[in-house]
Amino acid sequence: MPDPILQLTNVKTYFPVETGTVFRRAAGTVKAVDGVSLSVHQGEVLGLVGESGCGKSTLARTILHLVPATAGTVLLGGRNLTAATAGELRAARRDLQMVFQDPYASLNPRMTVFDTLAEPLLVHRTVPAAQVAERVAQLMERVGLSPAQARKYPHEFSGGQRQRVAIARALALEPRVLIADEPVSALDVSIQAQILNLLSRLCREMNLSLLFIAHDLAVVKHISDRVAVMYLGKIVELGPAAEVIERPAHPYTRALVSAIPRPDPEVERGRQRIVLPGDPPSPLHPPAGCAFHPRCPHAREKCRAAVPPLVPAGPGREAACVRLGEI
Amino acid sequence: MAMPLLEVTDLRTHFHTRNGVVRAVDGVSFRLERAETLGIVGESGSGKSVTGYSLLGLVPTPPGRIESGRAIFDGVDLLHCPPTQARSIRGRRIAMIFQDPMTSLNPYLRIADQLIEPLLIHEKISRAGALARGLAMLEAVGINDAAHRLQSYPHEFSGGMRQRVMIAMALITRPEILIADEPTTALDVTVQAQILELIRNLQQEFHMAVIFITHDLGVVAGLCDRVQVMYAGRIVEAADTRTLFQSPRHPYTKALQRSIPALQEKGRELYTIAGLPPDLSKPITGCPFAPRCEFALDSCRLGDPVLQPVSASQSTSCYRVQRGEI
Repeated sequence: MPDPILQLTNVKTYFPVETGTVFRRAAGTVKAVDGVSLSVHQGEVLGLVGESGCGKSTLARTILHLVPATAGTVLLGGRNLTAATAGELRAARRDLQMVFQDPYASLNPRMTVFDTLAEPLLVHRTVPAAQVAERVAQLMERVGLSPAQARKYPHEFSGGQRQRVAIARALALEPRVLIADEPVSALDVSIQAQILNLLSRLCREMNLSLLFIAHDLAVVKHISDRVAVMYLGKIVELGPAAEVIERPAHPYTRALVSAIPRPDPEVERGRQRIVLPGDPPSPLHPPAGCAFHPRCPHAREKCRAAVPPLVPAGPGREAACVRLGEI
Repeated sequence: MAMPLLEVTDLRTHFHTRNGVVRAVDGVSFRLERAETLGIVGESGSGKSVTGYSLLGLVPTPPGRIESGRAIFDGVDLLHCPPTQARSIRGRRIAMIFQDPMTSLNPYLRIADQLIEPLLIHEKISRAGALARGLAMLEAVGINDAAHRLQSYPHEFSGGMRQRVMIAMALITRPEILIADEPTTALDVTVQAQILELIRNLQQEFHMAVIFITHDLGVVAGLCDRVQVMYAGRIVEAADTRTLFQSPRHPYTKALQRSIPALQEKGRELYTIAGLPPDLSKPITGCPFAPRCEFALDSCRLGDPVLQPVSASQSTSCYRVQRGEI
């Protein structure tokens, strides 16, 4: 297998928490991302799922160096981004682009679609100035927008169309890796399907690698080759998307899968749902040992003892649970 | 047939804006039986929330105005009764919970004060008596250490806990109808599962009817007895839950169902509905879904389609289904 295009090794992102307004004191550390190792291959779609506060968005921002990593390395095509200078980073961002959740907030309301799409081309000088207009038109067609709409402003578009503009902007520099942070969760079901189809098609056509972050397992399963499940800053399960979601190994993934309401009354009425007690714990005071043990229906004394590492759980699969063989 | 608990006829709620009249709800009629769960499903802007707001007189006026219709609850027309009578029903016999538990609690008031407010308003009860009921209610919605938590402020609760408090507040007067407007949309899936189970259990315990407004067909499948699908301010299909999922008839319902990625295989192209919902500030003639419908004929763009039964448990507004063509 060739080297992965994006490789994360033991990435940690910690935020200090301070109290007091005049005499600041360190009150603790939020370990938003706590030792994540992942790789994404060329042309692969890796889904990253988890609930609010699990650190999935912080991980995305860390990869792009929008927040600095506390420890660990992020390799993009062999280049280490965590140690890169500002110039190297700017060059690297041509290969690494992002689409954000809220297409209402992530586009500049005072820029026309043309300006929004032309800006990266002009900043990075990837095409001669004379060809910018042609390139913008190509980009718009690629994401299913009419080039005739280039002079419009974001408010003249619907949510789904705005998300198409955001995707076109991310593709302007022909990146090798795209990070999409909840790109469809603000959209209606029928629009969501259009954007998912678009992303799948673009990955196929451009051999693009995609890190797809979402909380909706159904969406993730549909688009991803592999899926990583995150809980309180750590990856707890990793493997081929269909297998992880159909036969989850980690108790947290099982509960997550079981909690998805299925649009089928027969299935819904018949099944036993695993309803987890409580809320995800605060990352400021994580539980000792396995972070999931206070909510886990299978927890034993040994789960409190040490943080379980990711161990093999079948072909191409890993899970972080000490009771894998027993449950 | 016995009198339904609530009967809504030809409800029209319009918003008079600078850009014209937005027909948010445009001719909605339905019945709600005692202790049943009715799902109202639709995408953003379909009028599902405005329907709920209209019943409780929560539509901001102006710009909103209820143009026509009746909503008969226990012999009283909720849309045209005197304000004093409306107040004696709203929050006592019909209660509502909202999507965002973060913004629907008052951050300046302790949970205790907010929780017992409906009791102090609607019943002759002492503060101590109300607090005792509040405590029991908090325990019923599954809040641990309820006596202590009564003295907390909303910011000390997580999202799921706040939604539990909202539910406790809505149910403390033992209402006959609970209108739940997307109560789990802002919550994580594992917390959503807890809240849905709570609503299901409390409904049985209190023997109340629930109108559950959501965009999520999955939630509807597990919770509701009957479902109404809304599009462009109208009900386009109504059926019992099983029938709606097994044999949807209206092309919009079918399309909606096929566009859910719900645990489908990777790689298969998802079905998408071409185009966008209509602009509700422009008058619509004919079927509002016709411009996006793959079965539409020229005749679909004429007249005013109304919901008509196509079987004992299913009705639809589609002309072609009514004629037996599709």
